[in-house]
Amino acid sequence: MNILRKKSAANVPFSETVIETLIRLCGVSSIIFVFGIFFFVFREGAGFLFNGLDLGEFLTSPEWYPTSLNNKRYGTLALILGTFSVTTLAMCIAVPFGLGAAIFISEFCSPKLRETFKIIIELLAAIPSVVWGFIGLTLMNQLIIAVFNAPIGLTMLNGGILLALMSVPIIVSIAEDALKAVPDSYREAAEALGATRWQVTYRVLLPAAKNGLLAAVLLGAARSIGETMAVLMATGHSVNIPSSPLSWIRTLTATIAAELGEVARGGEHYQVLFIIGILLFTITFVVNLIADLVIKGIRQQ
Amino acid sequence: MLKMDHARYIIICILVVLVCGFAIIGYSPTDSESAASKQSAQIIKNKGSDTMVNLAQAWAEIYTGLTNTASVEVSGGGSGTGVAALINGTVDIANCSRQIKPKELELATQNTGKTPQEFIVGYDALAVYVHHDTPLDKITITELAEIYGEDGNITKWSDLGVAHENCPSNKIIRISRQSNSGTYFYFREALLGKTQDFKLGSLDLHGSKDVVEVIGRTPCAIGYSGMGYATSEVKMLEVATAPGERYYAPNLKNVLAKTYPIARPLYMYSLGEPTGEAKAYLDWILSPAGQKIVEKLGFVPLANK
Amino acid sequence: MDTDIQVSPGAMFTETALDRQKRRIEIVVRIFLLVVTSLMIIPLLLIIGYLLYKALPVLSFEFLFTNPKDNMRAGGIWAPFLGTIYLVVVSLLVSAPIGVFAAVYLNEYARENWFTRITNLAVVNLAGVPSIVHALFGVGAFVLFARLGESILAASLTLAIMTLPVIIASTTEALKAVPMSFREACWNLGATRWQTIRRIVIPNSISGILTGVILQVSRAAGETAPIMFTGAVFYKAIAEGDLFAYNIMEQCMALSLHLFTISTQVPDVTEGIPYATAIMLVGSVLLINAVSIALRVYLRTRKKW
Repeated sequence: MNILRKKSAANVPFSETVIETLIRLCGVSSIIFVFGIFFFVFREGAGFLFNGLDLGEFLTSPEWYPTSLNNKRYGTLALILGTFSVTTLAMCIAVPFGLGAAIFISEFCSPKLRETFKIIIELLAAIPSVVWGFIGLTLMNQLIIAVFNAPIGLTMLNGGILLALMSVPIIVSIAEDALKAVPDSYREAAEALGATRWQVTYRVLLPAAKNGLLAAVLLGAARSIGETMAVLMATGHSVNIPSSPLSWIRTLTATIAAELGEVARGGEHYQVLFIIGILLFTITFVVNLIADLVIKGIRQQ
Repeated sequence: MLKMDHARYIIICILVVLVCGFAIIGYSPTDSESAASKQSAQIIKNKGSDTMVNLAQAWAEIYTGLTNTASVEVSGGGSGTGVAALINGTVDIANCSRQIKPKELELATQNTGKTPQEFIVGYDALAVYVHHDTPLDKITITELAEIYGEDGNITKWSDLGVAHENCPSNKIIRISRQSNSGTYFYFREALLGKTQDFKLGSLDLHGSKDVVEVIGRTPCAIGYSGMGYATSEVKMLEVATAPGERYYAPNLKNVLAKTYPIARPLYMYSLGEPTGEAKAYLDWILSPAGQKIVEKLGFVPLANK
Repeated sequence: MDTDIQVSPGAMFTETALDRQKRRIEIVVRIFLLVVTSLMIIPLLLIIGYLLYKALPVLSFEFLFTNPKDNMRAGGIWAPFLGTIYLVVVSLLVSAPIGVFAAVYLNEYARENWFTRITNLAVVNLAGVPSIVHALFGVGAFVLFARLGESILAASLTLAIMTLPVIIASTTEALKAVPMSFREACWNLGATRWQTIRRIVIPNSISGILTGVILQVSRAAGETAPIMFTGAVFYKAIAEGDLFAYNIMEQCMALSLHLFTISTQVPDVTEGIPYATAIMLVGSVLLINAVSIALRVYLRTRKKW
């Protein structure tokens, strides 16, 4: 909301000037923090990033041997693939469910039912990730062993399902906003032509809201990429090029969480973990930026 | 009323600025050091090895109950973390499941002006675990090296001469620990010496207990963990150093006799000669009362003198 | 809009095959979407049901008010529970004022220009930063740079920054809901901008702001990764029932990390305890959320404009 009123300097007391300064300071705090995060994570990892780390090997080698005694190798390819495969799997599950639910809630629901569903989805979003991890370690592990006859239940599938459940609420809420943002006149026009509710949705609303829906999916994916505890506990934590949903994998986030606790501060391994942090920060930053641009695209239309 | 409200807001604002100020400017180093030394009269900071963290916790819990002059703060994180904290002078006692390296010793002395003192507080035997259905009772270090090592050739149960009915894929699932845990280091060294690495693709679990639990649910799995972590779902294998040698079961007797090949001492390091509460705590740990807890947790207590 | 879909436009005329097909598709789609949406209730109920079922044998008031005992295999969750409260309260003290002021700035002061867009983008991105990167930031900025060490303060500051976007987003919503005419009326009486905000805008949106603050609490209570390396410990003995048992410059236990450690690192935990810990964590988080939702629903019913 844009305030056009000019303040007259004469009748503004000193305390107000102080408070306004403070408000402005807090207002830009988010910018400071985002830069701060990048700066401090970068600061810890920079030494090795510019001096010693073979960036090509870092991104393309699957050999993650940070503690080898005579041949340390810091290849994160397996970890990157781990992160992306589990995210992709999660999105394959979450997108149909998330968009389906968003369409249902926004277009096919009575207001009362809509409220109920929205509350449930909000509660689903509130479950802490360590609890999801615990579920993965206990319940899901046994389920996957029983259903797929797999030797071990701590797999990409396990993590993928958990991540899907964790990102569905985000997808639903953003997708629903996007659908709601389509003017009612679109719906009315289509219905006047004799279209059924589904035809209206499929032919009119989805194309009109496609940017918002895309943003919803992107933000859901960003959430999955950044998730830590659930994948640490549920995916098997194994440096492996993933080959099937039942293979056990390791993600970038889980690697930091598992190894940061035990590295000597300032050492190469420690710095590499921070470089992975920079990588993660960059990935999620870019995804969020794209999502934002996509949403901005809608507003300009 | 209006004045009061104003004042309240301003106070809140000042608080915010102060807290942020703390974070951004930070304490001066001397401040934090003096704060730490003041606290150490009351709190014994104990940090390090994940292998020992349960043991350290048990000691802390019981000792805190016995005395009201000291409280023990235990964190895990691994032997490396403990040593790092010792070097930085931020702990009173570091737990270590390996001996401190000469370089670290030197660094600590240089940084803090005090030489770390070593105490052996017990022994830990790494047991090799398999699922209790696995028709295998014995294994040699050579075979383990072939299973875990980078150039190892054993990938199937049949390679070990085992017909594993409950494992239809026949594939050995290797369970390991995250690659910078003390347990991992020790097991790797025991198997491969200091030159080789482990194969990638093992499940690198986060805790000693996790390893045993996963093996208990996975007939195809093999893994290693402290012998105190055994459950009814898993089986500990007898271990021999090489084919033809005698096999030893991981138990108190064999560890104390140093015949079981994968056992190691557990260390605690204090900065300089321990004094005050830290000394009382270490003395108690080394006393029969403290050593009883070692045995209770499945570790091996020091031999009676 | 909901009522008229039942009446197919074709009803005015005789129903053609195409109409019938359209109607059939419509029904199938509706059922499919209903099922898809309902499927999301199942995991929520299943998880809570499963955890409760497993936790019931140990759940009691005593569980909440006793410390973990007997090597964390038995006892309750007092120390971690209190630790979580400390972390949440301290982080709230930092993030609530900053978050509310930031929202006030974005909504009441900022003009529509590129700088505001960047600020908004920063809020979105701050919300999108992975929790483990926040942890790295906490280690780099608070633990090391600001020399707070691993402490409740460092962990809380990390949590505060992480949860800031939650407060900013919901406060902005709440402020936006206050009609522009309210502000205009106030300005016309000669009030300054801040007076208007304090006397009109904030009182009229305070409940919406509270909703956001409550959500922040729930978010902060559940996080694990950001506090793992900045202030939470494996074990610390504190006096049972003493609300002031922790010092914010020291470390504390936390419920979320406690669940992680007892489910991966502590052997032989009494069967129900990890489940009971999980249900306490989920329970408190969901309860806090429910309060926030109830508050929001209640407010909507008594909205004055």
